[in-house]
Amino acid sequence: MRAALFITCFNDTLFPETGRATVEVLERLGVEVDFPLAQTCCGQMHFNTGYQREAIPLVRRFVEVFDGYDAVVAPSGSCVSMVRELYPMAAELAGDPRLAEKVVELGPRVFELSEFLVRKLGVTDVGAYYPHRVTYHPTCHSLRMLKVGDAPLELLRNVRGIDLVELSEAEECCGFGGTFAVKNADTSAAMLSDKLRHVLDTGAEVCTAGDNSCLMHIGGGLGRLRTGVGAVHLAEILAIQSGERR
Amino acid sequence: MATKFSDAFSPGPTPTFEQSARESLSDSQLRRNLGKATQTIRHKRTVAVEEMPDWEDLREAGRALKERVVRHLDEYLLQLEEAVKRAGGQVHWARDAEEANGIITQIVKDQGSDEVVKVKSIATDETKLNEYLQREGIHAFETDLAELIIQLAGETSSHILVPAIHKNRAEIQKLFARELGVRDLSDKPSDLTEAARQYLREKFLKARVGISGANFAVAETGTVCVVESEGNGRMCTTLPPVLVTLMGIEKVIPAWRDFEVFMQLLPRSSTAERMNPYTSFWTGVSNDDGPREFHLVLMDNGRTDVLADEIGRQTLNCIRCSACLNVCPVYERTGGHAYNSVYPGPIGAILTPQLVGIGDPGPDSLPYASSLCGACYQVCPVKINIPEVLVHLRGKVVRHKQDRGGPRGKLDPENVAMQTVAKVFSDPELYERAQKFARVGQWPLVRGGSIGRLPGRLAGWTAVRDLKPVPRQSFREWWKENRGAG
Repeated sequence: MRAALFITCFNDTLFPETGRATVEVLERLGVEVDFPLAQTCCGQMHFNTGYQREAIPLVRRFVEVFDGYDAVVAPSGSCVSMVRELYPMAAELAGDPRLAEKVVELGPRVFELSEFLVRKLGVTDVGAYYPHRVTYHPTCHSLRMLKVGDAPLELLRNVRGIDLVELSEAEECCGFGGTFAVKNADTSAAMLSDKLRHVLDTGAEVCTAGDNSCLMHIGGGLGRLRTGVGAVHLAEILAIQSGERR
Repeated sequence: MATKFSDAFSPGPTPTFEQSARESLSDSQLRRNLGKATQTIRHKRTVAVEEMPDWEDLREAGRALKERVVRHLDEYLLQLEEAVKRAGGQVHWARDAEEANGIITQIVKDQGSDEVVKVKSIATDETKLNEYLQREGIHAFETDLAELIIQLAGETSSHILVPAIHKNRAEIQKLFARELGVRDLSDKPSDLTEAARQYLREKFLKARVGISGANFAVAETGTVCVVESEGNGRMCTTLPPVLVTLMGIEKVIPAWRDFEVFMQLLPRSSTAERMNPYTSFWTGVSNDDGPREFHLVLMDNGRTDVLADEIGRQTLNCIRCSACLNVCPVYERTGGHAYNSVYPGPIGAILTPQLVGIGDPGPDSLPYASSLCGACYQVCPVKINIPEVLVHLRGKVVRHKQDRGGPRGKLDPENVAMQTVAKVFSDPELYERAQKFARVGQWPLVRGGSIGRLPGRLAGWTAVRDLKPVPRQSFREWWKENRGAG
């Protein structure tokens, strides 16, 4: 199977290790990974902040770059939900029926990593080994927009050596929310403090999720308080194999 | 029509959500009261909803009914008017808050009355009816327990359904002891309720005019419905000889049988009850029972503007259950007052700016008072896609700033930054150069492997979080190095 990797601008620039891990997991499962270099950003930040006219060229670019692929995979629930759930609204705003047609047609072929592995490939054991106490935060867009459900947890439960502990009030937003974290920094911080309390209560060494944006927020708080608890993307946990040192 | 809303919502420029939230976030009593109350009610709601096997079908039915109402609003309203008149009621049309208040005041004055009793009504909060009546020498007594608390405290509501949710019983005990002059009052809920009851009984019996809002009004029959928990509403709508109901035009429903859907959706979503204690229905007037005069005031006050917006109009589906407030992580922490509107929480964040129009910094900040987590959409009994409307309204706010904000709107730092970043993202080469530039440009900010303080508007990020610096190699550089040119 051949799939295009949509790395997302955020991971490309700030979390290349997540991209490398995604490639590793996909290739291990026999997926032929393609990375179209013309890709940049899906336009979510602009669109969700209200700069929607500015997002339209990015929507067009995404459609052009990924149009020819049967499957597009991204290690980000949030960016995939932009493509699948909000591109139709962007195309409508652009007043471009051809674009509208294309986004509706492309949408179902764009997958978040965990749903691609579990739903598309039918794999729940990727042969990972991660001997750490881990708690999983279901990010809002994966959970409520993409409805990935238990897919990330199914993958984590099959990781060897892992001590997976449940996060209480897991489904409550961490407070990131894109530019919300800056525009409403105080409210975002109040939400973060509750999320951190729940993470710390689990006694986990690592908090994981399918989105580095939320993890940058949670991890940034964990780091500032010197909790010693890490924030690691799901792909990176799945990439590590027995005996390997990364 | 610029003054249309100066009376409907806060007069003059209202503070932004960010400004007001900062204040309420540091109020520990408020945080405690609200956190406890919203957590309790949302867990109860989950239980009440989970026992319904056809909940999703009911939601869809509720949405479809409301959508039909909104699509044929003109027809249903005329049908309602006719049915109410046929049943002996009188119907008044109010373009805005000012007109609605004027109509109601005249009805009260015609009775030669200087006191009215009120059922909890957000529509009358929206028009600031009590203040208006006061200026005309008429005192309005709120009879809902929570509304009474708010009125006695001289505050405004902070929740659609539980206006005094920000107060605990110790605070209420102090307030009642002071305002109602009750000696030796304990803070037991039953004692507090008894104190309010003694105070209100006399008002019910004396008042010549009762004023209510409406949860629903049936076009087919002209029947008006109020759903409540305390029985004060039943008293207000039956004891005084004159009854006035103020309702927003979107509250009409097509037929009597539609209650089958809404009476299942509303109580479970709002109070997590299978059925609320008191549901009052009245159709015009009857000869030997209840009020002798009934007036229905149908108010627009910006609703037809909402109707004109194809994405925004779903906001008019709202049945004011407040489930979205109770699940909202933002509302839970900031409380209702931070929204500076009679409609707080997620529904307020989309309804208020649509009712008052874009272009005022206060209401314009409301669509941004959300992390877009989507919890509100998940619980909404009439399936209002609140995140979608929030994003849509953000677009309107930005376009208003860009197109009508003059040079200041264009030179706004956020606008300039967003334009620049959009240009960078539209060209892969420029994007790669920007990645390299960020790596080099960040050096003055990096200390001990992380960024502890960002400049300007980004400082909000580093106030409570560290930031990981941009790493040495981007993913695409790694790919080119290890997998060839793609």
